[in-house]
Amino acid sequence: MAETVNGIAFAILAGAAILGAVGMLTTRNVIHAAFWLLESMIAVGGLYLLLQAEYLAVVHVLVYAGAVSVLMLFVIMLTLRRREDSVRPVEVSVAGAVMAFVFGGVVFAAIAAYGDRVAEMPETAPDTAALGELLFTRWALPFEVASLVLLIALVAAVWWSREDKR
Amino acid sequence: MSAVLAAILPVLAAVVLMLVNGVVLIYMLRKVLGHLHLRYGPLNVGPKGIVQTTADVLKLLSKEDVTPTGVDRWMYRLAPAVVFIPSLMAYAAIPFSENLRITALETGLLFTFAVLSLVALGIIMAGWGSANKWSLIGSMRAAAQTIAYEVPLLLSVLPVVMVVGSLDLAEIVQAQSGTWFGVIPKWFVFAQFPAFLIFLVAALAELNQTPFDMSEAESELVAGFATEYSSMKFGMLFLAEFSNSFIMSAIAVSVFFGGWSLPWVPDSVIAPIAPVIFVLKTYVVIFFLMWIRGTFPRVRIDQLMTLGWKWLIPISLGWIMLTGLVLKLGELGGAS
Repeated sequence: MAETVNGIAFAILAGAAILGAVGMLTTRNVIHAAFWLLESMIAVGGLYLLLQAEYLAVVHVLVYAGAVSVLMLFVIMLTLRRREDSVRPVEVSVAGAVMAFVFGGVVFAAIAAYGDRVAEMPETAPDTAALGELLFTRWALPFEVASLVLLIALVAAVWWSREDKR
Repeated sequence: MSAVLAAILPVLAAVVLMLVNGVVLIYMLRKVLGHLHLRYGPLNVGPKGIVQTTADVLKLLSKEDVTPTGVDRWMYRLAPAVVFIPSLMAYAAIPFSENLRITALETGLLFTFAVLSLVALGIIMAGWGSANKWSLIGSMRAAAQTIAYEVPLLLSVLPVVMVVGSLDLAEIVQAQSGTWFGVIPKWFVFAQFPAFLIFLVAALAELNQTPFDMSEAESELVAGFATEYSSMKFGMLFLAEFSNSFIMSAIAVSVFFGGWSLPWVPDSVIAPIAPVIFVLKTYVVIFFLMWIRGTFPRVRIDQLMTLGWKWLIPISLGWIMLTGLVLKLGELGGAS
């Protein structure tokens, strides 16, 4: 019973995530694209929940769906001069296509080489306290490096936006 | 079958609670604001104007559903649902009593905030979809405000989480039972008073309520993001707004005011009426929010941003450090 229910939920959520990604790429309206991305993000949060990673799912929704996509929409709306500008023509870019092929090739090669090395899943997902403890002991360095990367991005953004005033 | 039924019933109960709460709050808002402004509020329909709300609901339901021609159709139609659904989801983790809640979530507090943060997206959707300048400006203001105040809101409850050691709302409530010196209840509003103040301000901003209601400033923006909506679509936007203030007040009650427990009264006496106590406490907090609404003028948008980023966030970070220090010192003292 539980297996079937999980299977149905997985099918719906995975389908929704893929639908969101496809919708984001095919729509020509940038605002619609942002909302499709949001839909995809929420569906991924649901997938985490299916894996019993409750904390991860909640934080994913809070950060990506609740904050990042609002900021993204905000930036899009601030940069649009007129409402009609939200609909963009399809731009064919050779550089973009090459990058997509290279990226796809690397991902494919990685999966082909290491795809069978799946880490063993624990019986139950660790609770929030255990996760926090791991994050601040064993993974403290990667955690700090990640925050440093974000800080650099922040400083760079401030510097970039100020450049023309000098 | 019974398993399916058991899964559906709590959801229906939440919908009913949301609808009833909407009706109660409309009446309460009119009466409380009326008396605060030294006027009466509704008087003529029924005793003390009680039936006025019912008449309004009927009016709302029977109105024509107008869709303006220039709108972004899908966005315009979806937006009320995108505002309404997160608001309904947020009831899932509210602990009405020790056993009475829809689902026991380990991360209940965080879940509620995460779900409520989705409301802002529905508001942007409504603002963009309506193809109306007032709607768009209103929704942009609402989004900027929500983003800015989500940070202090989350930081303000963090000290409480640190003290309790859990994100589960029921456990947070249980940690507040008992009294100090037999007099003062062990509610976090006393031990964590600065955190409560920050929570209160951030919650008001998050709810887009006066003094932070720039997103639907009537004198400037007609009705903000809801300008182009009519009939039950408007009703849904409105209902979600009332329901959000219920949820935020319920969170305040669970985190800072001892949830379903009462001080000086043994648990065995409380147990049968715990949900009633919880709901009554929640309405007291809602009354307090309305009191603020009836008293304070609206702030400017730059004042709002300064308050959020330059004052609330640093203060709440400092308070978190202080709480951590006290906790660690207590731990060391207890160990030696």
